[in-house]
Amino acid sequence: MATNYTQIGLTANVGSGGASSISFTSIPNTYTDLIVKVSTRWDSNSDGFSYIRFNSDSGSNYSYRVLYGDPQTSSSGSVSSSGTDKAVSGGSQWAAWTSSTFGNMEIYIPNYAGSTYKSFSGDGVGENNATQTYPVLSAGYWNSTSAITSITLLQASGAFVQYSTASLYGILKS
Amino acid sequence: MADTKIIVNCETGEVTEVELTAEEVAQRAADAAAYAALEAEKEAEAEAKATAKAALLTKLGITAEEAALLLG
Repeated sequence: MATNYTQIGLTANVGSGGASSISFTSIPNTYTDLIVKVSTRWDSNSDGFSYIRFNSDSGSNYSYRVLYGDPQTSSSGSVSSSGTDKAVSGGSQWAAWTSSTFGNMEIYIPNYAGSTYKSFSGDGVGENNATQTYPVLSAGYWNSTSAITSITLLQASGAFVQYSTASLYGILKS
Repeated sequence: MADTKIIVNCETGEVTEVELTAEEVAQRAADAAAYAALEAEKEAEAEAKATAKAALLTKLGITAEEAALLLG
């Protein structure tokens, strides 16, 4: 089965003033799955996770489970939550970590335009040069059967800094 | 903190930077406060657990390493 992989819309580039969130709207329903590719850095140190919302839904309609680790200190953990107003999508780069460095994250959303409940998976990592990395794996669920027409990337506290980017891709299985 | 958001319209291809409304700014502040409160609660819980653990080890007269051995 051939798979086509196409960027939808343009890449969001955060300017000098930073941005509280990045949204992709009016997503067409012509693909099978979606992928969001993100390169970001935050202006805060308050949270190790990045978050996602669908269709601007800020109700208590998200659930997720996260695995995270710190290979440098050999520590790891998991977090799970349900009935939240956003879901963890992965990790990123704290303000206090290696300067001029951006964490990366990829979010896969299968069957986004279908009429079933929506799931997604995400993985991301932040880097603190010669000290630690912080990989995060997330599996989440949006309690809605609506087709996904918008995706919002945000933080619990803080904003994306300049040069952060996000791009949306459609996967079409033929 | 940035008071703008970036919107990529996938239909028109337009990328815009939009000012947050007063409501969005207020909601963001509320979200941040809620998160901070939750983190403080988790930290207090972890501290209480550590204190209880230390007290129990003292009561049992064993070290943490010895407890780990017992628990396999």
